[in-house]
Amino acid sequence: MKEYKTVTKIAGPLVFVEGVNDIGYNEIVEITLPSGEKRKGQVLETSKGIAVVQIFGSTAGLNISETRVKFLGETMKLGVSTEMLGRVFNGLGEPRDKGPKIIPESRIDINGSAINPYSRAEPRDFIQTGVSTIDGMNTLVRGQKLPIFSGSGLPHNALAVQIARQAKVASSKNEKFAVVFAAVGITHEESSFFMRDFEKTGALERAVLFLNLADDPSVERIITPRLALTTAEYLAYEKDMHVLVIITDMTNYCEALREIASAREEVPGRRGYPGYMYTDLSTIYERAGCIKGKKGTVTQLSILTMPGDDITHPIADLTGYITEGQIVLGRDLHRKNIYPPVDVLPCLSRLMNLGIGKERTREDHRGIADQLYAGYATGRDLRSLSAVVGEEALSDTDKLYLKFADVFEQRFIKQDSHEDRTIEQTLELGWELLSMLPETELKRLKKEFIEKYGKKYRKQ
Amino acid sequence: MGALSKISGPVVVASGMKGAKMYDVVKVGTERLVGEIIRLVGEQATIQVYEDTAGLKPGEPVESTGEPLSVELGPGLLQSIYDGIQRPLDGIANKHGAFIPRGVALPPLDRKKKWEFKAKMKKGDKVHAGDILGTVQETDVVEHRILAQHSGTISSISSGKYTVTENVGSIDDGKKKHDFCLMHRHFVRSPRPYAQKFDPNIPLVTGQRIVDMFFPIAKGGTACIPGPFGSGKTVTQHQFAKWSDTQIVVYIGCGERGNEMAEVLTEFPHLEDPKTKKPLMMRTVLIANTSNMPVAAREASVYTGITIAEYYRDMGYDVSLMADSTSRWAEAMREIGGRLEEMPGEEGYPAYLARRLAEFYERAGRIQCLGSGDRKGSVTIIGAVSPPGGDINEPVSQNTLRVTKVFLALDASLAQRRHFPAFHWLRSYSLYTDTLDSWYANISSDWTTLRVQAMTLLQKEAELQEIVQLVGPDALPEKEQAILAVTKMIREDFLQQSAFHDIDTYSSMKKQYLMLRNILKYYERAIASVDLGVQLKHMSNMKVKEKIGRMKEVPEKDLKHLEDLAGEIEGEFDSLVRKQ
Repeated sequence: MKEYKTVTKIAGPLVFVEGVNDIGYNEIVEITLPSGEKRKGQVLETSKGIAVVQIFGSTAGLNISETRVKFLGETMKLGVSTEMLGRVFNGLGEPRDKGPKIIPESRIDINGSAINPYSRAEPRDFIQTGVSTIDGMNTLVRGQKLPIFSGSGLPHNALAVQIARQAKVASSKNEKFAVVFAAVGITHEESSFFMRDFEKTGALERAVLFLNLADDPSVERIITPRLALTTAEYLAYEKDMHVLVIITDMTNYCEALREIASAREEVPGRRGYPGYMYTDLSTIYERAGCIKGKKGTVTQLSILTMPGDDITHPIADLTGYITEGQIVLGRDLHRKNIYPPVDVLPCLSRLMNLGIGKERTREDHRGIADQLYAGYATGRDLRSLSAVVGEEALSDTDKLYLKFADVFEQRFIKQDSHEDRTIEQTLELGWELLSMLPETELKRLKKEFIEKYGKKYRKQ
Repeated sequence: MGALSKISGPVVVASGMKGAKMYDVVKVGTERLVGEIIRLVGEQATIQVYEDTAGLKPGEPVESTGEPLSVELGPGLLQSIYDGIQRPLDGIANKHGAFIPRGVALPPLDRKKKWEFKAKMKKGDKVHAGDILGTVQETDVVEHRILAQHSGTISSISSGKYTVTENVGSIDDGKKKHDFCLMHRHFVRSPRPYAQKFDPNIPLVTGQRIVDMFFPIAKGGTACIPGPFGSGKTVTQHQFAKWSDTQIVVYIGCGERGNEMAEVLTEFPHLEDPKTKKPLMMRTVLIANTSNMPVAAREASVYTGITIAEYYRDMGYDVSLMADSTSRWAEAMREIGGRLEEMPGEEGYPAYLARRLAEFYERAGRIQCLGSGDRKGSVTIIGAVSPPGGDINEPVSQNTLRVTKVFLALDASLAQRRHFPAFHWLRSYSLYTDTLDSWYANISSDWTTLRVQAMTLLQKEAELQEIVQLVGPDALPEKEQAILAVTKMIREDFLQQSAFHDIDTYSSMKKQYLMLRNILKYYERAIASVDLGVQLKHMSNMKVKEKIGRMKEVPEKDLKHLEDLAGEIEGEFDSLVRKQ
């Protein structure tokens, strides 16, 4: 292994090493500071005679003359093992709890390889989260990547924890579950909120935690989600587990990406984020799925806080283009003291149709969801109209819609943070609320279903 | 043979590349990763690599194949799934497992499979390049036509069972004998030649009411679908792929989701073509370069797809090509441009973005094929665009709009209220409506009249809505309220169409026509009845209204019900007026 003392330039997180040969692109390096402390880094650019290395961590304490750089001859790998369950690691995959080092069963490149689209199995297993707005209207299925788009100060962490706690699959027998949690640049308080809840519910035993907190080096944030996903893929595809990966907060990840791009003096794209951010994000999000012939699955639930609640901000925008839908939290609902404040209108689950319907949830599921959407959207429109012209100017049907929107928010969206509703309860609640509207308005529902499920809630 | 001198992401530099040509395919490094030369300075070549470059070292060998990027064309393309540079993903999966490793090299067409070749010509026949030498039944529904690559006299040809590379015969052009087999290669970046291009004057029937009725696409035409995420681009593209009345469908998943491709792969073999009653997969070629697959191969995927489409066009088929999404393709260009440190144009995209987009869409068209005889084929391109934040004031959307003739504007607010397909009827347009006019007489002479009438009503609705926003609906005169009731009908009972409803997913032209005619019949009678003094509230509970609402659920075999509905509408209005 070659060690060099030929650092010629240090700029931001980048170190330029000269006089080197045979250095591989993306190779991992170990840097020894004059003080003897060791740090890690990665080769960003290599050519004859010079390599550009990005340091994970700060460059404080480095100098030109005494810093030693050792090229390890391989790309970033993570030693994985089932022993990792129940353990807590830092953002670079080193134990953070007081436990022993992990003896790896296998060492895997953290960048992974793309799943062959041909080998993907269609995600079909309905995951019941117990949250009506998700189960009923934006169903989550195994192998899906469904992010939560939130804003600062909204209870996205509580919702994520609730989903992790309640998520179950109806058909599951003797199946093994695991949660892989990656904290990317979140505060200590937020992280201990997750830890506390995992401990309380006993989820910690079947969880692997990677924590890069707000005061940890931001460059590490590029690595942390990849470590989590590598672990998840190992547990899922080698150990047949169903893994739920929670990554929070992807906004911090993108900030770190921008920081590095600007240190490398790259041409910036929209709002200073690098032009390849879409591709980069996809190498994280696309690592969810089901594979033909493998029992385990990887489901991703990433959280991102939209800067300024702006869904068109590049981070949210590019994420939405990659993920299979999104759960959007709304500040208005939060102000009305509605938990979870899921603003259903901009929400979407692209894989919903695969997981619902006869023999999965119930035959009327699609119709109910569409009808609730249409009804609530109409109600919301009328709300703004009635603010201008007054409620009296509205027709009788319109007044019903107005009332429907209110009741929908108070009863369907709102639920307790420990309330675990079954899908039947959610659908029946849907029918009950829809009975407020005249039957002629229910165009999204098949006639037979109205007879079969809806009649009992209608006053004759 | 050269050596790597610099590696930074998907773009690498090699020195000592004497004699290499621009756009030549090269094998990079000891793993022999596939790449393409995109810049030459002296003996130094800049190469975009179609695979992940992690671990590459300066000094590793680089070898030029001396040929530009090309695709293999021959029987076996249909029902296949390829990556951006035509590597068979099914073959890779069988050989290497669920994850795509680096440096895999597999031939796109199966070298072992034998095809039954039936010669259409005999020894001594004169042939022109483009003539049909013989046929191979590629799938149950598609006859693959083997086209002559050279003009001259056939010196040998025989029917029988062949693999794609076995010699089938030869053509003597007077100077040289050219052996031919069932496949040949074509460079992806150059369009395939044709004899003549026609103006598109036949509609592409998609079975989607808003498209066929209001914003028709012509066979050989171009359409673009810009829309924010979640507005239904992909579902629409899938709908077009499923129901368009073309013989061949090429579907390019360019930088999109892996699970969507899995969905196509599981769904298409089970879906039945309404015409042939055979699985849709039998006429489909899939190109899947998902977002996490190498970015340079994403750039190539669009060219791979269009070249395959042109190949089937040259056999005399109508081909539709869906590209989802061209924005990802443009971003791949931007990413590579950025690595080359090119001077960026608008929003960081390279200055040649507009030219590349125009060149791509110009490869669509309805043409007279090369060779003797009257053979016409077409390639229709439908490109999805994913503008950042859904705002189409950005370079990819704007440059696409300049070259495409149909604009289907997806609207986020329509999608949010689950109005699908979420095309905004006032912002979308089609420039083919005039050229297609004469064709519609095949369905009915008043097709165009109905369309114009319905569109005028929808425009009127937008004006009325502005007033309603200020004063409320009650303040409008009864007649205008009646218009609002009818436009609501057009929106909900005609424009809305569920892709997931087994009957509603496809409407024949005849059904579309009858549906709209009934709604407009209702409109005529409603206005007339208001004039006769019938109050609007009496109309709101009419039985026919419910029936109009359920028209979309009427199966194609029961279209008689829709024809009868016109009479029922008349009848019910008559009795309303009588009660007056």
